[in-house]
Amino acid sequence: MSGESGAPKPHGTDSAASIGRVGHGARGIAYEEPLLFERSRPGREGCRVPASDVPSVVAADRLGAAAVREDLPGLPELSEVEVVRHFTRISTWNYAVDLGLYPLGSCTMKYNPKLNEVAASLPGFAHAHPLQPASLSQGILALLHDLERHLAEVSGMDRVSLQPAAGAQGELAGVMMIRAYHESRGDRRSKVLIPDSAHGTNPASAALSGYTCVSVPSGPDGLLHPEQVAEAMSEDVAALMLTNPNTLGLFETHVLEICEIVHAKGGLVYGDGANLNALLGIARPGDLGIDVMHFNLHKTFSTPHGGGGPGAGPVGVKNSLAPFLPVPVVRRLGGSEGEGFALDYEFPRSIGRLHANFGNVGMLVRAFAYLRSLGPDGLRRCGEMAVLNANYLLARLATAYAPATTGPVMHECVLTDRLFEGTGVTTMDVAKRLIDHGYHPPTIYFPLIVHGALMIEPTESESLEGLDQFVAALLEIAREAREEPDLVRGAPHHTRVSRLDETRAARRPVLRWQPAGER
Amino acid sequence: MRFVPNTNADVATMLERIGVPSVEALFSPIPARARLSRALDLPPGASEQEVLAELGTLAGRDASLASHRYFLGAGVYPHFIPAAVDALASRAEFTTSYTPYQPEISQGTLQAIFEWQTMICGLTGLDVANASLYDGASATAEAALMAMRLTRRPKIVISAGLHPHYRDVLGTYVGGPGGKVVSATRSQDGRTCALASLVDEETACIIVQQPAFLGVLEDLAAAEAVAREHGALLIVCVTEALSLALLRAPGDLGADVVCGEAQSFGVPMGFGGPHLGLLAARAAHVRQMPGRLVGETVDGQGRRGFVLTLSTREQHIRRERATSNICTNQGLMLLRATIYLALLGPRGLRRLAELNFAKAEYAKAQVARTPGLRLPLAAPTFNEFVVGVPDSGAAALARAQSAGIVGGLDLAPYADDLGPAVLVCTTELVSRSDIDRLLAALAGSGR
Repeated sequence: MSGESGAPKPHGTDSAASIGRVGHGARGIAYEEPLLFERSRPGREGCRVPASDVPSVVAADRLGAAAVREDLPGLPELSEVEVVRHFTRISTWNYAVDLGLYPLGSCTMKYNPKLNEVAASLPGFAHAHPLQPASLSQGILALLHDLERHLAEVSGMDRVSLQPAAGAQGELAGVMMIRAYHESRGDRRSKVLIPDSAHGTNPASAALSGYTCVSVPSGPDGLLHPEQVAEAMSEDVAALMLTNPNTLGLFETHVLEICEIVHAKGGLVYGDGANLNALLGIARPGDLGIDVMHFNLHKTFSTPHGGGGPGAGPVGVKNSLAPFLPVPVVRRLGGSEGEGFALDYEFPRSIGRLHANFGNVGMLVRAFAYLRSLGPDGLRRCGEMAVLNANYLLARLATAYAPATTGPVMHECVLTDRLFEGTGVTTMDVAKRLIDHGYHPPTIYFPLIVHGALMIEPTESESLEGLDQFVAALLEIAREAREEPDLVRGAPHHTRVSRLDETRAARRPVLRWQPAGER
Repeated sequence: MRFVPNTNADVATMLERIGVPSVEALFSPIPARARLSRALDLPPGASEQEVLAELGTLAGRDASLASHRYFLGAGVYPHFIPAAVDALASRAEFTTSYTPYQPEISQGTLQAIFEWQTMICGLTGLDVANASLYDGASATAEAALMAMRLTRRPKIVISAGLHPHYRDVLGTYVGGPGGKVVSATRSQDGRTCALASLVDEETACIIVQQPAFLGVLEDLAAAEAVAREHGALLIVCVTEALSLALLRAPGDLGADVVCGEAQSFGVPMGFGGPHLGLLAARAAHVRQMPGRLVGETVDGQGRRGFVLTLSTREQHIRRERATSNICTNQGLMLLRATIYLALLGPRGLRRLAELNFAKAEYAKAQVARTPGLRLPLAAPTFNEFVVGVPDSGAAALARAQSAGIVGGLDLAPYADDLGPAVLVCTTELVSRSDIDRLLAALAGSGR
């Protein structure tokens, strides 16, 4: 694309345009940094490979010249200093929980304790091989065994598999177990009911398992109603997938009755555990009639989100579904086997394997450290403070940002841009303007059933004064929307780049760097 | 509480300001009979010092690179990780950020992903790479599903040497959408044979693992010819990503898709995860790819920036019609690999691959002259190979273990037709004398 009028400008050539604006937060030093490949200079090296202590061989002689490649395009040549500066500099362009409030609804961006990182880096966890003999892995197996039991207790489920690598894979495992359960009874069912407020992974996982998705409408109060479920429920429905608290931040008050309706027709209830944080120590999905659920350890149990992953999505089941759990399962030895733990593959009715090994073990270690740090009282305090913080924000913001719901919420609240009608300011603008005020925006335009949704989840990690500062920023933006709407609509003004042209990115995809002349 | 700042006084202030009598009252939407009426039955919370001591005791019971020499690979490879990888990848700006849906404040993550995509395109010889999948096994399953969508055919033919765990995961994934998996057989020298007899007009793809599970190098040209003849896609699965630095790029040999595991690039073995699923394809297939993609664009002032793009493939937009249900990627692992590859560079990575290869060639030559040991498979290899042992794989590995060596994988459950044998991998982490000690132990001729 070089030479076209739309070619991007490198940074640092138009700094005059971005200097001198007033606003919140520190401007200070803003680093420019090109791509690794643009920094590359022939002959530079960032790593010294040890000298060989075995006879040298020429690969082409042993493998044939046609089998051996001549060059390695796509890799830069850089010294260690340059690599370190590169990644340190680009890291400063990210917002992060360690910098401040990260109010993404349904994402539970809570603080990630540093202890977890130290725990996961212990050599016996970080540098052990998954196929080494069980006799050399008793520490990690004991930890995994205990974590399964702890998660079962927190959720009220009977058994847990830690294998799924993320919530969506846990969902997939759950839906596959539901399918295996029905098929084991000679019962072929084709549909899964999904409320219209559900996360996109629910229908995607159900479809990948071969089910047809049927959307169930929420009531005007944002809740799922027994009548709606009863109407949609039939003996062709394998399961209802329920997120509780739902994506409006509301506890599904009719959950007990809804589960009974589904069970009465032979169906099962899947629980999406994305919003479990609100219920810690207060209520348990297993006690509400949920048959199978997944956990998001990167939400509720404080493992880091890592700019998009890795997650960990253990799946919990009632005993009726236990025969179908993914293999392998950690088992405590007994009787003539002696003491200790082993990985058990003898589950003839298992849905099979979902992961090459045993899932995202490093994330499981972090979650275990978190559970051990908090204990039952600490977990409950997290649930309570997450809910108090969300209700505090809702109450303080309700007059400026029309809420989508009435009454108390659980861990998150959904606000809207309804009061800005006529100003031209939308939820997107509010979100972008929050960046200028030093905050990551909330989740926006979700759930899909709310027009202009701003979904805010403060988590228990925020202090009262931190919440007050966030409220002040949002109230200031509401004022700006009325009095200086262009300021809001043009936001963000203080970031390294302003709003990016996403249409252009999708229309003419440039998905890798290529040297000028090869584009 | 350490992770919860609000004190009881703060709580009282908040409740008063919002006109709620108690925290308990906020939970009024939960019916009484749905509440937990007791405390959770978990061990009491503990101090940082106590938790670390407890975890240190557990970790101390495991063998690791800190205590043993490792010749065990089989899809997870022990490699040296430069200090800068840990130092940079543990920066909180990377670890405690979310998916870069707000690009203006996520350019660090987005630029790193764009750099990763570029590197993987170069290594695989393909046009497009995604922002990673869970692991090599699910990446292989996703590649097969992609081929089924592209060809509208149900059959998946796999090489004899596809990792058995990958084969299991593939089976788990493709059943729902109606896929059928057919496995080719292994010839005397270890390579896949008679692919042509399995592939027909119903075949969506041929999946060939290179190097194969038993370490041998497959004939990709033969597989490519069969795939072309029947209009099937050729998918090359790589579990030892370092091999890409030595072997001709799969894309140059006709692969339509490359999938697999990039754990070798700076990601710890970690008892099996988190690892790094990679997926690359030809440009024509990009709209059927699963997972996140980062693209280059400009802002309002014409400055270069990066965004998540082509999102209409994904579940949060397309819901049940998405290309996959995947939501997360392996962001931190991708970052580690990108840093690792930047440090090694083209010459460092090539030298490392040659070193791994040379160690394996040395070890194989030593096996050939060690009484009691055999090389049952004659096909060429990269850094992993099968060693026949005199008694049983378990007994041979037990002898190695008593010498402080995790000596490889007992092949009894995987390939019992080879006789007693173990799968041995030699990376830069083992020395010539380690190799000599291992072979003596496997042969039973040690002390």
